Amino acid sequence: MSEQAPLQPDLANSANVTVTTAAGRSALFPLIGLAVAFVLHRFIAPMLSPYHAGLALDIGVNIILAVSLTIVNGYTGQFSIGHAGFMAIGAYTAGATTYYGSILFMGHYDFAGGILSAPIGMETTSFFTGGDSLFLAGCIMGGIMAALAGLIVGLPSIRLRGDYLAIVTLGFGEIMRVLLEQSPEQILSIEQVKQTGFPGVVPHLGGAIGFGRIPQYASLFWVYAFVTLTLIVAYRLKFSSHGRALLAIRENEVAAGAMGVPITRYKVIAFVIAAALAGLAGGLFAHQVRLIPSTFGFQKSFDVLIMVVLGGLGSISGSIIAAAIVTLLPEVLRDPPSIWPVMLGLIVVLAIVRRKRAIRPTIILALVTIAWEVLRAVVGDLSPYRMVMFALALILMMILRPQGFFGIHEIWDYWKRKKIAANGARP
Amino acid sequence: MEGSTSQIRPPSFALPVSPSQFRLPSFAFPNDSLSPRDCFEFNLPPSVTKLLQTLLDGFSVGSLYALVALGYTMVYGVLRFINFAHGDVFMLGAWVSWMIAKWLTWTGPDASPPWFAAIVLLFGSMLVCGTLGYLIERFAYRPLRKSPRLNVLITAIGVSLFIQNAGQLNFIFGTDPQKMPQLLPDVTLFTLAGVNFELIDAIIVSTAIALMVALQWLVYGTKLGLGMRAVSHDPQTAALMGVPVDRVISLTFVIGSALAAGAGLLFALEYRNLQQPAAATWVLFGLKAFVAAVVGGIGSMKGAMVGGLIIGLLETVCSAYVSPQFREVYVFVLLIIVLLVKPSGIFGKMETEKV
Repeated sequence: MSEQAPLQPDLANSANVTVTTAAGRSALFPLIGLAVAFVLHRFIAPMLSPYHAGLALDIGVNIILAVSLTIVNGYTGQFSIGHAGFMAIGAYTAGATTYYGSILFMGHYDFAGGILSAPIGMETTSFFTGGDSLFLAGCIMGGIMAALAGLIVGLPSIRLRGDYLAIVTLGFGEIMRVLLEQSPEQILSIEQVKQTGFPGVVPHLGGAIGFGRIPQYASLFWVYAFVTLTLIVAYRLKFSSHGRALLAIRENEVAAGAMGVPITRYKVIAFVIAAALAGLAGGLFAHQVRLIPSTFGFQKSFDVLIMVVLGGLGSISGSIIAAAIVTLLPEVLRDPPSIWPVMLGLIVVLAIVRRKRAIRPTIILALVTIAWEVLRAVVGDLSPYRMVMFALALILMMILRPQGFFGIHEIWDYWKRKKIAANGARP
Repeated sequence: MEGSTSQIRPPSFALPVSPSQFRLPSFAFPNDSLSPRDCFEFNLPPSVTKLLQTLLDGFSVGSLYALVALGYTMVYGVLRFINFAHGDVFMLGAWVSWMIAKWLTWTGPDASPPWFAAIVLLFGSMLVCGTLGYLIERFAYRPLRKSPRLNVLITAIGVSLFIQNAGQLNFIFGTDPQKMPQLLPDVTLFTLAGVNFELIDAIIVSTAIALMVALQWLVYGTKLGLGMRAVSHDPQTAALMGVPVDRVISLTFVIGSALAAGAGLLFALEYRNLQQPAAATWVLFGLKAFVAAVVGGIGSMKGAMVGGLIIGLLETVCSAYVSPQFREVYVFVLLIIVLLVKPSGIFGKMETEKV
């Protein structure tokens, strides 16, 4: 794919890499992640309005999606634009497991979770209940089903490359959506579900009306616990020998093959891991909102792809930040705020971090800020233009900073003040 | 690319979009005394009639897919990237023609559009969308000429989002679906063995064929076409040979967008209900046209035409005989099968990857 400078940061800093790998291997990171998720759920969430709590959940789900797509698009360099298809498989599997499972095992589909998944304002005494285990089983089932689909979608990569593989993934995503749209209606009465029994209820996924009445188990705790899992998987993969094999395929497939990297196997592995994580994200999403097949159209796949490219291909921290920005930006633009204080702060940070090289970005940021404030003053209500502005911001970003926020680096690489080439990002 | 062409005097290219190439064939409207209906009065079994009627409809839709697919394939030919915004240009073609009709007060219940209304709208929307195609290329894609393909792809998605959402603004098209005025009489030209030959189908197919013939002449018979073929073969060498690569690419976008606009107008004439600009109908039509380009072999013009017909026929025949709900599934399954059996499509050439 590219001819220039492969993998400089990793090779040049192998000492650093071993240190970080050791840190990633310890139990510290998962524990911190779970603690943060618990604090978010128990102490932060009650302070947020339902709208803001919902946004926090969206961000979590989008982080899982973006980081999982980073494994395929960022590490391995394979074009996948059918990620919403995997998400749909996970969402419907998990949603159906919980809904029909609740009825078959507990006789009702009301919320029956413990402290870890209780929504804001609900008081429960138990810590972990049967409802929780059903929900977790659903999410894991969703991940497994999506992984199987990933295996099937990954296999054409034996023959297909680049754009053609992208088209197959796009086609797969669309086929999933249309098939879900044509599924039989959801069985709503409890008696009828009990009559139909286990294998009979499986195809009843709600069709074009959507699949509803799923109890809302996806609390901030579960979402961010799974975010932690995703980050560990992505991080450990990136700095392992397998991850290096993936990166080698991205840099140059033919050369990687010549060096003995089993290309097809690694491509399929990347697809399976990414699909499994996307399935998990879908499962979490299912327990947060009502499912409608059009939620999982190619627009969703494009959204995730946008997050990955904005963050920088292969950068985990970049994907996280981009996921948060892409989720929040259209919401922020609903009621456009004054941006000059933030921009001023950004310019100061740029000036400190990049010194002389901060001049051009500063000019651009200043122009954007001035244009924004003038627009706010002249037009007044900018909310009808929010998606137009989002699209323009995306195009501008691609033109002005094609490597995304961090290129292939991580945010902490900048704190370590490593020597990073000005155009460090590679496709 | 830009630098190397500056010293060499570029050959002059004539802009070949002149109305004379797109003349519509004239039709003799049937009257009662001389109806061909009387001459061909024979009966076929209903199943055969249904098949023939389905094939005819498929041919009509397929020619629209082919027109849009040509735009995808031409852009892929010169720039090697999937222009995801092309489906939105098709949408614009339909909506712009409605907009022009509204300005000329041809919409509304008591409007009486003149007989040449459709022709005016055809050229109007082709002109507007051609200009827009130029602007998209100039301001969104040209700055990214040397960027990785994923970036260009994301930019294309950005352009697509931009067109859809700008189209929904109140002072552009708004978010309400609109009704295209009836510009052509809704008549059946003649019935042959129980198969209805509708005027609108005849006009769609003949306009599409006329546009494709014009395009064929443009690509294989003019200097611009020579430049396009040179750029799609090897942009660097073409630049060294004095082909103004940027201008050729711009004109490719203009022509592709104009073809999509023509398809958009024909689509609006046949189906008349214009869904709102961001509706799934438009995007799916664009995607299926893209599939047509891939099935035929992306980068090959013959492939786009054949692929468009295949997709149109497959969709109508399977909808009529299997189940109309799975329209998209047939198309995408065919896509996957074709890609697995012959990844370069029917007429495409496989490129060997060099290290």
